[in-house]
Amino acid sequence: MTPDLECQSLTKRFGETLAVDEVSFDVARGSFFSILGPSGCGKTTIMRMIAGFLEPTSGDILIRGKSVLDTPPNKRPVNMVFQHLALFPMMNIADNIGYGLRRAGMGKADIARKVEEALDRIGLPGIGHRKVDELSGGQKQRVAIARCMVLEPDVLLLDEPLGALDLKLRERMKVELKSLQAAFDTTFVYITHDQSEALVMSDRIAVMNEGRFEQVGTGQDLYYRPSTAFVAGFVGDTNRWFGRIERVEGDMLEMRTESGMTLRGERHGRALSTGDRAEIFVRPEAIRIAHSAEELEHFDNRISGRVTSLLFNGADSRILVDAAGSDEVAVNLPQSGEFAGLARGAPVHIGWSGAQGNCFASPEA
Amino acid sequence: MRAQAKLGLVLLLTPLLLWLTLLIFIPHVDMLLVSLRERVSAGVYRTSLANYWAFLSEPLYLRTFMRTAVMSTLATVITLLIGFPVSYYIAKIARGRVQSALFLLCLVPFWVSELVRTFGWMILLRETGIISNLLQFLGLVEGPVEMLYNDAAIMVGLVYTSMLFMVVPLVTTLQTLPDEVVEAGYDLGGNSFSVLREIIIPHATPGIVSGCIVVFMLSLGNYLTPIMLGGKDSLWFTELIYSQFIVRFNWELGAAFGFMLLLLSSAIVWGMLKLTGQSLERTVG
Repeated sequence: MTPDLECQSLTKRFGETLAVDEVSFDVARGSFFSILGPSGCGKTTIMRMIAGFLEPTSGDILIRGKSVLDTPPNKRPVNMVFQHLALFPMMNIADNIGYGLRRAGMGKADIARKVEEALDRIGLPGIGHRKVDELSGGQKQRVAIARCMVLEPDVLLLDEPLGALDLKLRERMKVELKSLQAAFDTTFVYITHDQSEALVMSDRIAVMNEGRFEQVGTGQDLYYRPSTAFVAGFVGDTNRWFGRIERVEGDMLEMRTESGMTLRGERHGRALSTGDRAEIFVRPEAIRIAHSAEELEHFDNRISGRVTSLLFNGADSRILVDAAGSDEVAVNLPQSGEFAGLARGAPVHIGWSGAQGNCFASPEA
Repeated sequence: MRAQAKLGLVLLLTPLLLWLTLLIFIPHVDMLLVSLRERVSAGVYRTSLANYWAFLSEPLYLRTFMRTAVMSTLATVITLLIGFPVSYYIAKIARGRVQSALFLLCLVPFWVSELVRTFGWMILLRETGIISNLLQFLGLVEGPVEMLYNDAAIMVGLVYTSMLFMVVPLVTTLQTLPDEVVEAGYDLGGNSFSVLREIIIPHATPGIVSGCIVVFMLSLGNYLTPIMLGGKDSLWFTELIYSQFIVRFNWELGAAFGFMLLLLSSAIVWGMLKLTGQSLERTVG
């Protein structure tokens, strides 16, 4: 099956700056694809090129196998949910949803029927006569999606549409967006700087940095097997140490950090040899915590230190441990409540297996 | 505390109330009283509607008024047609310094007085003026061309004088239209015409209405431009009022004219608002 959306070496220059650099990807029919990256990485530029508001400097965009470069935005089989939704405040909800159908020249009765159907689909039947500013944030969100979906686009683009919502609503909308996507069975391309939105909703995620895709894969891929240092640092929380490689044995290696600790990590097939500058990433939840050093003997990384801060955050509570040198190590507290009584300044022992330490080459400082 | 708040309110309102009563309310009441006087003989007056009757029964007065109203409406429409694209360009297409520079350029002509501006047009349009000379130089016409002293010249002058008052409210409302909304209009299948009709114009309606009201009122009450650029046949209603007050020294009839101008122009504005389905509250508030 031809992918719904395919970008081939897409490049966009604004004068001297290279906003998007030879990006290629394809999105399978009916899947949820996210582009995740910090602000200014070029993800909005990609989206605007797909929607047709920007002309690529070079490269091609294909929708269902056909190049759309010569198609103006109002003729592309692609619709967009804008960052601030861009509902038309001068029209009521029914007219907002019916706008695209009117432009397509559909009859009045058909439009009314389709609008009703769409409102049922998003779970807001009978609000057609309401004004835009009478709706709540979440309702507007759904109307903005319905407004695009009545046109049955091949691809729906979403440009950080959850950014303006408050936290609770954002959590709910993540689940809702995912189920709407399943209900409409349309290809969604979603851009965001919020990793949790991307991880929760997407089938596949592309991590973007400085105009290039660092890695494309499932959420699990990105989280557990990051292929670049940027992905390891950007997706999820992590501890990070810089240092120099002292020993390499197969995939395992030993690194001396700048503060003088010796850490063991894995290079996962990456080219690293003795003497190279490198960095090791270890996730806070991969680190075990214990009252005595003996309990951790089977781990090849062990540190004893004192608790410098307690960061309580419900299920995601963690402590910062002062690790002999100058570094602070973030460690997740186990959910069992075993260490709930830990106080600042208390001595603790922490350890993790070398396989949990992801090691990447680092440019010379 | 409450007494203090009350005092504060009174103090804040005082300048406004003074302005309204001294400059608007009292003169108008006085005008109304003057207009209701009929001069019987030297120094003897009685209350009657004779002045209003004179206005309604003399075709010259009525026709001059109608002419003024129609010309002002036309000037308003032309100003809107020229001002809208200009405002759209300034508000949505120009960026940064170009935007402020263009806006300033609209303002620059208003640094000189209306009189000087109108003389500027006379220099351009008169028989020995720049345009006439240029046409002769290019060999397009045989002799000198007189372009002053007709309705077209008045129209040019009125549109020129009013442009700023149309551009300012339009730019202000158009600037509040998010680019996203316009893009969404295209993204969902609209072309330039339907985006203009369904999204941009409905959004800009408050600006269009307030701009039109101001321009219409300014044109209707304009005195200098029609006098200087218009010919003998181009009578303007304000000229009638002036001549009653100053030339004929008939203050009673002049006051009645003034009141009719106020009433009829208010009626026209009200009628236009009704016709276009707008309300003054929506436009101003």
